[in-house]
Amino acid sequence: MQNATIKSLSADLAAKKLSSVEATRHFLIRIKALNQKYRCFITVDEDKSLAQARAADQLRAAGRAQPLTGVPVAQKDIFCAKGWLTTCGSRMLSNFVSPYDAHVVERLNAAGAVNIGKTNMDEFAMGSSSETSYYGPVTNPWDTQTVPGGSSGGSAAAVAARLAPAAIGTDTGGSIRQPAALTGIAGLKPTYGVVSRYGMIAFASSLDQGGPLARTAEDLALMLNVMAGHDARDSTSLERPPEDYTRELTRSLSGLRIGLPREFFARGVAPDVEKAVGEAVGQFRKLGCETVEVSLPNMGLSVPVYYVLAPAEASSNLARYDGVRYGYRAPEYADLPDMYKKTRAQGFGAEVKRRILIGTYVLSHGYYDAYYLRAQKLRRLIARDFSEAFGKCDVIMGPTSPTTAFRLGEKADDPVQMYLSDIYTIAVNLAGLPGMSIPCGFGNGGLPAGLQIIGNYFSEARMLNVAHQYQLVTDWHDRVPPGIDVD
Amino acid sequence: MKWETVIGIETHAQLSTRSKIFSGASTAFGAAPNTQACAVDIALPGVLPVLNRGAVERAIRFGLAVGGNVNRRSVFARKNYFYPDLPKGYQISQYEIPIVAGGAIAVQVDGTEKSVRLTRAHLEEDAGKSLHEDFHGASGIDLNRAGTPLLEIVSEPDMRSAQEAVAYAKALHALVRWIDICDGNMQEGSFRCDANVSVRPQGSATLGTRCEIKNLNSFRFLERAIEYEVRRQIGILEDGGAIVQETRLYDPDRDETRSLRIKEDAHDYRYFPDPDLLPLAVSEQWVNEVKAALPELPQAKRERFIAEFGVTPYDATLLTANREIADYFATAARDAPGAVVKLCANWITGPISAKLNEGGLDFDPANVRVSAQQLRRLVERIVDRTLNNNTAKQLFEHMWHTLEISVHETVAVSDAIDALIEKHGLKQISDRGEIERIVDQVIAANPQQAADYRGGKEKAFNSLVGQVMKATRGKANPQQVNEVLKRKLSSQGA
Repeated sequence: MQNATIKSLSADLAAKKLSSVEATRHFLIRIKALNQKYRCFITVDEDKSLAQARAADQLRAAGRAQPLTGVPVAQKDIFCAKGWLTTCGSRMLSNFVSPYDAHVVERLNAAGAVNIGKTNMDEFAMGSSSETSYYGPVTNPWDTQTVPGGSSGGSAAAVAARLAPAAIGTDTGGSIRQPAALTGIAGLKPTYGVVSRYGMIAFASSLDQGGPLARTAEDLALMLNVMAGHDARDSTSLERPPEDYTRELTRSLSGLRIGLPREFFARGVAPDVEKAVGEAVGQFRKLGCETVEVSLPNMGLSVPVYYVLAPAEASSNLARYDGVRYGYRAPEYADLPDMYKKTRAQGFGAEVKRRILIGTYVLSHGYYDAYYLRAQKLRRLIARDFSEAFGKCDVIMGPTSPTTAFRLGEKADDPVQMYLSDIYTIAVNLAGLPGMSIPCGFGNGGLPAGLQIIGNYFSEARMLNVAHQYQLVTDWHDRVPPGIDVD
Repeated sequence: MKWETVIGIETHAQLSTRSKIFSGASTAFGAAPNTQACAVDIALPGVLPVLNRGAVERAIRFGLAVGGNVNRRSVFARKNYFYPDLPKGYQISQYEIPIVAGGAIAVQVDGTEKSVRLTRAHLEEDAGKSLHEDFHGASGIDLNRAGTPLLEIVSEPDMRSAQEAVAYAKALHALVRWIDICDGNMQEGSFRCDANVSVRPQGSATLGTRCEIKNLNSFRFLERAIEYEVRRQIGILEDGGAIVQETRLYDPDRDETRSLRIKEDAHDYRYFPDPDLLPLAVSEQWVNEVKAALPELPQAKRERFIAEFGVTPYDATLLTANREIADYFATAARDAPGAVVKLCANWITGPISAKLNEGGLDFDPANVRVSAQQLRRLVERIVDRTLNNNTAKQLFEHMWHTLEISVHETVAVSDAIDALIEKHGLKQISDRGEIERIVDQVIAANPQQAADYRGGKEKAFNSLVGQVMKATRGKANPQQVNEVLKRKLSSQGA
């Protein structure tokens, strides 16, 4: 059963082959057995999950089931869920039980999905390896000596290890797509504003976007159908008529123009990843697609621009963690300034502190124009590059990550190397575009490689169509990490 | 050396919305601590601000009322600093592009009018309160006020004395209440002023170093603090010293200002545009709708009262002190002849204001125990000589202190007033026979005074008039009394 997709599990639930309680119990037992190995989950609460499963079974019995009703979904611990410990991977929130639900969590609950647990992540989503968590590093199910990517590494690894059919994550600079690539699953970051940020703990507000992780494009579409939608509590949430993201899945790809940015293949990409991506592009040609070379001349600036803007916003977003109202407070302190200093020194990990310092610096009087303002101007140039490229093509393709999964600890002490692992994903966040990653083969050591598909604004349904058609003629998404039993 | 004082004022006016500027929590004053702070106000992880349209509408109303420019696009920024009563670790405020730019406030000082220019007015949220009493070795935090909408109104350094500063603050206070964007309650902190004060040699074109004075929660404190600060700065300069730019706190108990922090200690607030809020767009249509709904403004009303009713500029200022008083006057004076209008104005600025002052009451319809219609009838009865000044005052006392006529009763007010005149026997005696009879009695009873008058002592005449008025309990028509008395005294003496 653990190999089920949302679609197949939903069909089995509808056919009464099993109940949601049975499915939920099954995944809970697997999590109990395997979480020590992968550290995918920070919090599992059997009673709460089973209560939701029972309610889902009743909903189904009453004839009010939707596709996600009774389906276990893992939630990144960045989403506030009422009554659940919500840590964001940080000691700072190690005692924070959320009194409210994020919009996305409300939507999943309303659809009858079962919260199977809160997944591990880089602290406050700051990282590309899921190693900066206060709760220890997540391991990659394909090779537990390697990282699963980050920051949504717990969600990605949980889906790859068949501990949940699907999960939700967030993507600020690649945090859904890169771990999806490194763990051989699919992940989608929607257009900025499609999924409400209400209740999603902020890292960098102008870049953060929630999205689904699953194994198939079809499952991503089913998830996005539930997650997307306007929310008046998020002023950046877009008011658009509801969409059925499955509507274009079966469309032919004949005549689709695929843009291949010169800069994505120029340098830095590992040969094994380049080969897998090249073969995937060949597959699309067989499906009737045309390829055109495009250029994103300012893409090289995206990492430095991102590492000005994201820390700037983060330094302000994380100021609320001061030990005054909730969360961690240092046990001993002399006075108010001392309380602030000790609380934040003890409550935050090294990577979070590094980014708060960078962000504070670039916003400081006398530096603001040179860093923050300049980065905002370059951000517009990067977005313009994409809009020019989309004049020549329908979707853009390239690698999601320059390498397959790297070894635990390999880049932990070299932040710049770590930051460069998001070199192909960051520009998409800066432009606010939708991007996704699907598995497209394996590189050295049998580690998965991911193909990134970038679409124009609001073209999620078309991108899912592109991915789905590819998955109909390939089986990379059905491959199972070694040692995982899927009978 | 002659010194010139230069003052600019920053005012925080709490906007009268029912909910907060970025959340749905109530803004009502006086609730138990932290009972009016929702998830957004206490800055839980993951919450986001949503702008209150009512706060923006009020800011637009203000911009139009002061003749400022309502920016079609303005931007909310984050002002970053750590303080326990600032839940997010930043305050959302407008920085580079405020909603209102420019404008002016007309101020009357010693009978002359002056225009104080405004730099800007911007929207922002208030912080919570730190409570240092009642907690042993700790401070309490009350976040009820956190997120309350404020309009910060910044003037140009256009004021040249404490009196001008107070006149400006009063005019601004009257205006925000007039256009109904702020309740103006200074005790509850709904209207707070900070003053930027500097001095310079008379005739100098450059500004001196300024100090910002805080904690000015009454007009009196504003005046006294500025007067103290001006003396302090002149004292330092005349002793050859230099002013240090700093923020100073006014201590009303000691009537002095003292240093709170110097400029070098000022925070680097690291302002940047708030990515959680899109730039605020205000459409032409919205501005036009707000403009159409704007009441007649005090300055226009004042000019209209002068032109239409012929009241003096001084009275016009008093009669436009707030909307209630202006409406009251306009109702009483509607379509009335000039003499009635003039008397209505006199009665409002005279006896009615005196009554309210006695009780420490505002000019609020609930406090004014004589309705505008009643005042109009009373004044008409003076003009048609049914009442004289004496009897009118007696009637007014009856009206004010008894509930014989309901203030809210609008039907047959004139009948009710006439009935009251009748009941208390206040009708002026204009019966010539009656007056002649009383005058005869008074002359007979006061032969000495009559003789004195005939001997050329004018004063004796007034005494005799007083005797007649006394005998009629003030009801005799004074003109007739004069006439009859003069005639009798001269004829009898001949």
